[in-house]
Amino acid sequence: MTLLNAALQGIFLGAFYAVLACGLSIMFGVMRIINLAHGDIAVFGAYVMFVIVEHTGVSAFIAFAAALPVMVVLGYVLQLTVLERSLKSGILTPLLATFGLSIVIQNLLQLAFSPDVRSLGGSAGAVTTGSWQVTSGLSVSALGLVVLVVAVLVFGALQLFLSRTRMGWMMRATAEDADAAELVGIDSRGVYAWATAFAVAIAALGGLFLAIRSVFDPVSGPTQLIFAFEAVVIGGMGSLWGTLVGGIALGVAQTLGAQIHPQFAVMAGHLLFLVVLIARYGGGRDFLPRARRLLLARAGR
Amino acid sequence: MTLLKVEALDCRYGLLQAVRGVSFEVAAGETVALIGANGAGKTTLLRAVAGAHRPHGGRVVFDGVDITTLPAHRRVALGIALVPEGRRLFPSLTVEENLRVAASPRRHGRWNMETVLEVFPLLRARRHTAAAKLSGGEQQAVAIGRALMSNPQLLLLDEVSLGLAPVVVEAVYRALAGILNEGATVLLVEQDLTRALGVAGRVVCMLEGRVVLEGPARALDRDRVVSAYFGLRRPA
Repeated sequence: MTLLNAALQGIFLGAFYAVLACGLSIMFGVMRIINLAHGDIAVFGAYVMFVIVEHTGVSAFIAFAAALPVMVVLGYVLQLTVLERSLKSGILTPLLATFGLSIVIQNLLQLAFSPDVRSLGGSAGAVTTGSWQVTSGLSVSALGLVVLVVAVLVFGALQLFLSRTRMGWMMRATAEDADAAELVGIDSRGVYAWATAFAVAIAALGGLFLAIRSVFDPVSGPTQLIFAFEAVVIGGMGSLWGTLVGGIALGVAQTLGAQIHPQFAVMAGHLLFLVVLIARYGGGRDFLPRARRLLLARAGR
Repeated sequence: MTLLKVEALDCRYGLLQAVRGVSFEVAAGETVALIGANGAGKTTLLRAVAGAHRPHGGRVVFDGVDITTLPAHRRVALGIALVPEGRRLFPSLTVEENLRVAASPRRHGRWNMETVLEVFPLLRARRHTAAAKLSGGEQQAVAIGRALMSNPQLLLLDEVSLGLAPVVVEAVYRALAGILNEGATVLLVEQDLTRALGVAGRVVCMLEGRVVLEGPARALDRDRVVSAYFGLRRPA
């Protein structure tokens, strides 16, 4: 029962990672940009909501709704001013540019808000602490459930958007062949800018959940980025539903790892990531054909 | 009336100069074939007209407007559509999505999902199939249909017969003949000389980035074209 409960909590935790990873996956899928500032953008979003809550006293969820347009504009402008230029000079430049952006965001946040830790847990109402005891060993937290439902809704909405709307087709077409997309009348710059706007908006949603479920400070971003990145890789780079599955797999690995030893939680996630990485991209490619050759050679004899 | 005017166009890939000072005109309703050996600069020239290649010098004027610096998607809105070499479909999109994503909301005319499927009836059954799973001929039909969806005034066709079985090429050209007969303006690149001379009203022959021969298809005899094509002797 403890293990089952751990796995359930892992699914909730993983849904949070999936939300964080979603924007990262969009930007990689559409533009092949690995956004190293993604975690910092999520934390930046959390600070925007924090400021709104501090000044108006509204709930964290309303603050998120208010921050959303700000984040969309931020993403759009970020693409047109920084990322677009960096994309023109090869695939490594966006990596450097977003790494720089990450440092800039962290330091601006340090300047503006000091290194104190903050949280929005107190302004999210009953969601933060509410839970249901299903059986003696199994409990479902309200926040975990909210995060899971929102994650499924976000991924479902994205799926519908990409498969049913013209804008979604334009995004997929540009992702597959930007040059050919231009030739059929698609403004690839505009598509890229919208993709980044979506990614930044969803990052802010990740920031909201981070701020409610625990605490954040100006340098919380990189840790979030690592989990988000692991979720994307485990699920398969650029695959949408894969990212949701990857996030949940990572969450479950961490909570199950914590059952072995509390300090083993994060390590278990890293191990899963490494195993997937090696199986898919590294040793797997060398090892599997070699194993097959050996088998064939033996069969031939 | 002149629809397309190319003036002293220079195109480069780094140090390599692919198109050298090319000038020619295409009148509305005309079908012009660009011919020439591999590497003569035909594809680069078409891509420069479509906006996929930024020329190094010279001008491209379409319908009286200088479009030399306009990005490709804005040229589509003005009425230029290119069927690129190698088809370049969006592999994960279905046939229908490939076509509908190219429909220009601002350009109206004869072409829509229904009329494109009438010209290429073989696509009707494949409507919901991903483009990656189509045969070469089906892909070419989608590529041409996709270009038509924007209701272009000028259709650019780059090697539509490349890599297709002869019987499929025949079918593609039969469909094209219907489009050409309706008075569309077409600039096409074609390796097959006989076919180019058969379908085009006028022929422009390129060699090493320059125009070496130009004239009405009927007035050109094959020997002159062949020698210009291979550069055996340069026409005076």
